[in-house]
Amino acid sequence: MKRLLPLFAGLVLLLSACGRADLSALNPQGPVAEKQFGLMQLSIIIMTLVVIVVFAICFYVVVRYRRKPGQNDIPKQVEGSHKLEIIWTVIPIILLIILAVPTLKYVFAFAEDYSKDKEAVKVNVTSHQYWWEFEYPELGVRTAQDLVIPVGKKIAINLKTQDVLHSFWVPALAGKMDTNPEGNKNKMFFETAKENVYRGKCAELCGPSHAFMDFKVKAVSEATFTAWVSEMKAEPKPFVGDAAVGEKFKTSCLSCHAVENAGSLGPNLKGIGARESVGGILLNRDNADEAIDQGKLEKNLHDWIADPDKLKPGNKMHKIPLTDTELDQIVDYLANYKLDSLKTVNKQ
Amino acid sequence: MAHTAHTVKRYRGLMDWLTTVDHKKIGVLYLIAGALFFGIGGIEAILIRIQLIKPMNDFVDPQTFNELITMHGTTMIFLGVMPIIFALMNAIVPLQIGARDVAFPFLNSLGFWTFFFGGLLLNLSWLIGGVPDAGWTSYVPLSSTEYSPHHGVDFYTLGLQISGIGTLIGGINFLATIINMRAPGMSFMRMPMFTWASFITSALILFAFPAVTVGLVLLTFDRLFGGNFFYIPNGGSIVLWQHIFWIFGHPEVYILILPAFGIISDVISTFSRKRLFGYSSMVFATVLIGFLGFMVWAHHMFTVGLGPVANALFSIATMLIAVPTGIKIFNWLFTMWGGSIKFTAANLYAVGFIPTFVMGGVTGVMLASAPADFQFHDTYFVVAHFHYVIVGGLVLGLFSGLHYWWPKMFGRVLAEGLGKATFWMFYIGFQLTFFVQHFLGLTGMPRRVVTYLPNQGFDTMNLISTVGAIMMGIGVLMFLYNIVITSRKPANASNDPWEDGRTLEWTIPSPPPEYNFKQTPLVRGYDAWWKEKMDGNTEMKPAEPIGSIHMPSPSILPFFMSIGLFIAGLGFMFAKDEFGSGIVGFLFNNYIISGLGLLITFGCMFLRSVIDDHGYHIEKEELEDKGVKA
Repeated sequence: MKRLLPLFAGLVLLLSACGRADLSALNPQGPVAEKQFGLMQLSIIIMTLVVIVVFAICFYVVVRYRRKPGQNDIPKQVEGSHKLEIIWTVIPIILLIILAVPTLKYVFAFAEDYSKDKEAVKVNVTSHQYWWEFEYPELGVRTAQDLVIPVGKKIAINLKTQDVLHSFWVPALAGKMDTNPEGNKNKMFFETAKENVYRGKCAELCGPSHAFMDFKVKAVSEATFTAWVSEMKAEPKPFVGDAAVGEKFKTSCLSCHAVENAGSLGPNLKGIGARESVGGILLNRDNADEAIDQGKLEKNLHDWIADPDKLKPGNKMHKIPLTDTELDQIVDYLANYKLDSLKTVNKQ
Repeated sequence: MAHTAHTVKRYRGLMDWLTTVDHKKIGVLYLIAGALFFGIGGIEAILIRIQLIKPMNDFVDPQTFNELITMHGTTMIFLGVMPIIFALMNAIVPLQIGARDVAFPFLNSLGFWTFFFGGLLLNLSWLIGGVPDAGWTSYVPLSSTEYSPHHGVDFYTLGLQISGIGTLIGGINFLATIINMRAPGMSFMRMPMFTWASFITSALILFAFPAVTVGLVLLTFDRLFGGNFFYIPNGGSIVLWQHIFWIFGHPEVYILILPAFGIISDVISTFSRKRLFGYSSMVFATVLIGFLGFMVWAHHMFTVGLGPVANALFSIATMLIAVPTGIKIFNWLFTMWGGSIKFTAANLYAVGFIPTFVMGGVTGVMLASAPADFQFHDTYFVVAHFHYVIVGGLVLGLFSGLHYWWPKMFGRVLAEGLGKATFWMFYIGFQLTFFVQHFLGLTGMPRRVVTYLPNQGFDTMNLISTVGAIMMGIGVLMFLYNIVITSRKPANASNDPWEDGRTLEWTIPSPPPEYNFKQTPLVRGYDAWWKEKMDGNTEMKPAEPIGSIHMPSPSILPFFMSIGLFIAGLGFMFAKDEFGSGIVGFLFNNYIISGLGLLITFGCMFLRSVIDDHGYHIEKEELEDKGVKA
């Protein structure tokens, strides 16, 4: 056993190096994911032990007792052994108890409700085919696709869906929770101490564009967060292009989207030029170390508006008949709708 | 005996296969149909893996991809592996208990044909248009008419409903057979493990399939007649469907794996030339797994939000299953311990099963821990886990069983060298495909995604996985080729071609005559045939004198009964559709087609009730004329 310990330690070390720091459950970046990873490590150690024992016996038996050419004896017919049966009943039970104790502890720990906690930041997450709506009820802010959170604070999440089932998953911060319709709404919480942009995914089959329903969790300093909130509550940026195109933007885009803090059929567009992606799937930068690429952002917006259904089949946004000028001006307005509060974080 | 001259009805050719009630022939039918659907499911799997070979691939479009994953899962579970299990159960269980047929031969045929036409209906969706696309679990509301307006999910509900009837009938039949038809001396605690496993599996079918039947009826009513069982605005519940589905779905996993456990037990014991180690604890473990299998369904629903108490209870219950499963693993290892192990192709699959199944088992325990499952759930980790159990467990078990019992079913031993090569191709391919998927899931790849962005660390592992899947495909083709070349050889397998046979099926000719046993054997202990061999006997002691044997008559009614259900299913599905031409629309929209289908089914049931058919007898003289060695 003592000899095996370094092996396990090495194994666990190997595991924790796996995957991106903003995506992998093996690379946890917050207390919830860390505890879940701890539980995984414990179970992996126990299970590796089991696997090694079984493989060793299996290997030994297969080599030692294979029938040699010409061998034709009849082995002793053994009925069984009570002693052995008890051993391989009791040892697994003990191993399972070792795993069951922290399991029970964390089942209840993760069910903790922080939605009444004054310190926590509350967010109502509403999933749609195929985008995420984030509402901060106490702050009066509404946004989409990028969930902006302050570091070092508990984020208390209320989950619900507007249509089919989805599942809210940010592997590096916490395990997933389903978004159900009224009547079965779920709560969860997580926090992180590290400023970064974490990748979130929908983890429940929700239709053809299930794979394209990514979102981001943008963890920023508390000061940045406060500045972001006040910027989000301010009046929306007026349209900058021709008045006629502005009218077109209003009738064609804002009939579903919004730039105010109001609920809307489609994702809220306020500060879309400061977001990590267009449509959740067209990334404006690959990771938070890079700057948001203005060229990419404009191209992504252009591609998206030109043919949303091609990029996200089955989504509710139709191809809007726009002239090239209209399209260019709208893209220009959106791409430059940046937020000062996120300038440093975005390196814009 | 005064048998009032029942005419002997015998058909030839195709008609023979359509009307047969002989369990051995029905076993072959199950095998052919199962292989057909297994092939379709396998092609779907290869297409899925080709799509995922590289990031942002567009080999298939997202809608088609969802159809492929849905049909792959549904087809493999319900129409691929289940029938192959039934094929082996039909071919072998009556022989292992010394019976001349199953308890209800007519029902046996009915079970096959309803399964077959149900499966056909489901797969017709590829041709008629509208393929199920809501996943094999078909969670509402995605599977409701609101979000899946085409007929895909209707094919799913009606196809599975009809084929489910077949499975339920089959399960009941085997329960009755094993309880009632055992030869003298074949007590429960002398039954071979495969028979025990079939018995418990049948019991699970009896209790689990009614749940899915109810669930499918509710979903059918929601979709076809505007029911509100799962429609939230009118008071329905979406979580209800998940409970119903998994109350069936989890036992279904054990329905699949227990027969594999049985096969492995028989094969390992035979080729180790040793009695199964700890037989009684093996039986006990099988029963316990079956029992616990009904207590753990909510571990598929940890992230649904059932609350901490439910999650805690279902975590613990799930972990408990590891105990009887571990007992089985160690008993297999100790069966080999001290034995004289011969590595035939069948035994390679059986021995290869053990480490692979252990892998699937330990990841199962990891998944049982609800707080950690929040990370695992609906990721590729789960995909890896259940393929390790179902492919690395069940499918290896089935290949093992097919190699082992092929001579008994067809009188020909499958080519051994090719069989072993096939094993290595399939086994290595399997490990390549699924081992890396554990890590894909842990590093953040959800399951059921049509594609993935580059630079997420998924690319290489997905490529490896696809290469492995292609190797598995080649392995299956090699197995088919083996069947083809073997079928050209003369059918000259002896009664006991492995020479180490332990159970009753190895005491009769390969393939057995239609009545199986000329004289019902007398069973004097566990491993009845081995015991006789060790006592120096060359055949079983008969429990009865040679006499005339009563045989059931063949019947075409089960075939038509199932066709009736098939037509009715199509009728109901399209009853509200608009048709261009008048007459077709008239027939469908007025429920004439569905009525006609039901009329055929109920008409056949009526005929079955009023026609008195006592079967026929094979006379003593005929038995002796044939000079069969029995």
